[in-house]
Amino acid sequence: MTDFITVTFTVATFASGVRLATPYLLAALGETLSQRSGVLNLGVDGVMLLGAFFSYWAVLQSDSITIGLLAGIAVGLLMGVVYALVTVVFRAEQGISGIGIFLFGLGISELLFFEWVGTPLPIQSFDKLAIPLLSDIPKVGDMFFNHNLLVYVSMLLVPGLTLLVNRTTFGLNVRAVGETPEAADSLGVSVAWTRASTILIGNALAGLAGAALAIEIGIFQNNITNQIGFIAIALVYFGAWRPTGVLAGSLLYGLVTATVNQWKTAGLVTGAASSFTTMAPAALTIVALIVIARRSAAQPAALTLPFVRGH
Amino acid sequence: MPATAPASSLRVKLARISGVLIGVSAVLLALLIGAAMILGLGANPLEGYKELLAGAFGGTDELAESAAKAMPLLLVGTGICVAFRARVINIGGEGQIIAGGLLSTITALAVPDLPPVILVPLVLFMGLVGGAIWGGIPGALKAYLGVNEILSTIMLNLVAVQLFNYLLRAPLMDPRQIELGTRIPQTERLSENADLPVLIEGTRFHLGVVVALLAAAAAWFFLWRTTTGYRLRAVGASAPAARYAGMPVKRMTMLALTLSGSLCGLAGAALVFGSETHRLQTEGFATGFTGSAGFNGIVAALFGGLHPLFTIPSSFLFGGLLVGANAMQRAIQIPVALVIGLNGLIVVFVVSSNTLRERFARLYRIGMDSREASPTEPHEPRGDGDPAHSSVPDP
Repeated sequence: MTDFITVTFTVATFASGVRLATPYLLAALGETLSQRSGVLNLGVDGVMLLGAFFSYWAVLQSDSITIGLLAGIAVGLLMGVVYALVTVVFRAEQGISGIGIFLFGLGISELLFFEWVGTPLPIQSFDKLAIPLLSDIPKVGDMFFNHNLLVYVSMLLVPGLTLLVNRTTFGLNVRAVGETPEAADSLGVSVAWTRASTILIGNALAGLAGAALAIEIGIFQNNITNQIGFIAIALVYFGAWRPTGVLAGSLLYGLVTATVNQWKTAGLVTGAASSFTTMAPAALTIVALIVIARRSAAQPAALTLPFVRGH
Repeated sequence: MPATAPASSLRVKLARISGVLIGVSAVLLALLIGAAMILGLGANPLEGYKELLAGAFGGTDELAESAAKAMPLLLVGTGICVAFRARVINIGGEGQIIAGGLLSTITALAVPDLPPVILVPLVLFMGLVGGAIWGGIPGALKAYLGVNEILSTIMLNLVAVQLFNYLLRAPLMDPRQIELGTRIPQTERLSENADLPVLIEGTRFHLGVVVALLAAAAAWFFLWRTTTGYRLRAVGASAPAARYAGMPVKRMTMLALTLSGSLCGLAGAALVFGSETHRLQTEGFATGFTGSAGFNGIVAALFGGLHPLFTIPSSFLFGGLLVGANAMQRAIQIPVALVIGLNGLIVVFVVSSNTLRERFARLYRIGMDSREASPTEPHEPRGDGDPAHSSVPDP
């Protein structure tokens, strides 16, 4: 009997971990692509906040999750245009301009939430979409094949992005621009356009990640991301700039968060001690960063370096 | 650094003026966008900004309040200047403020009966130590293990907030809160002997403001008048060159983040003992205690051209904006969050204007050689860290 409870508990935790990993995964995959082209986007968290607010608001108005998700992507694209201007055209320092984008998203999402919504109303959440046959597999089915559509989309993006980066001309350009922009430029590859497109895709995914978060929770609140965007950036380093590595990191995060939540619900950690479990993901990231620092060779050589022809 | 040759002093002046103009236009542009937003939300931007200005700078009380609000911005901003001169980006201000606040609070709880003349300097010093520890960790990780400091400082912010929450909910909680069972996560009223004295009767202008001003002056002296400061800047200008010249690059990197952290920690101590409640409390997030000073200090430092002395007026301006935003909220019901969003825009505008600034510099033929050599290497500002030339180093 206890065995049965433990197994059910584990399956439930695992399933919730996979679901919780989605916002991390979407944001981190977008960041992976832009970093591969040499652009560090520290503003992910701000874009996620805006994506979360606008999708929440859109669902509130339209009662349609699809419109909510599209709103998240649209806001992400808009912020992508801004960030592309800032980094590619004006060649601003990426470590700092991203903090500006973060503050902008933090302030404006709170402002609009106060002005347009005021009293928080819950919105409908995702419907589950059980995949036929696969979801019937005992345990594994519940863990992986009984989720909402966005979970599958984010998972499919992992092989998708791997193929895009490794097997297409665009991917080749992205890698060339991220490693040796001078060489890419001399071969006629537009460094500016390549970077602008990865920024657009990256920000669209960040906006979608925010939408996924708000719709999953079913409500918006100020600073709803609680720095998920920053953790997503760390996950890119953790995954050594490979989509599969990023997936592993995101799942680990989702699982740690789900386990902590389960412990709290089960009353295993109470009161003040819950601070330590909330701290766990950040502490884990620091350890991971130390381990990863030893193989920093994987980092795109031109990361954070603006490109000026003739230098 | 020796002063610039007299022949080019006019050019320096022109470049300096255009640098200031660009900064001011960044703020004006942000305020203009803010006005459009206020209008879009159906309120009167002119009335809002009038209230904002009056609330920030309209009288002695308002000026004192703005100065008190500027205090943590100036300390964090000065720390940012020190770190950036060594080409290190410190995003960990929030965590370092908390670390300083915690250690100084623990000190005041441990030895509450010391006379004020000893206890006040002691708690401020312990704030410094707390921040130094929280800044030293990412400093050491970067210098000796090559861990990216942007990411490690952000993660340490998250760790600090939870440590803060834990300590205030358990060991440091006010015994009376436990007795009454209300369990508000806050300390007891800390020793009166540790209160930062109010310097202008009836206002919020306390000793912390003066400490912050002294710290900014000290940072300027350290960076431009001492050998260690020179080394630190040399490492920031070009680490390989500094290494070749036999300078301890790793130690300087660690020192930069430690100093930067200690200034933020000092801000934390001054926030606790200069507060009206004289106790440390948490709302679960960092912002309740820090007021996001760890981030807003970056804005102030950038606007001050990453120079400690220019960060003084810049902090006062942004402190005033934050204070005035409260008055605006009361008058036209537009929340303070607007100003945080606009601060973000100012950051984006200021860093985006660097290419524009370079063009001006080229126009006046200043600082050309080093910029042309490599666009990614920050060049050494001429003169005493002239804000017109200061560029933000790449991470």
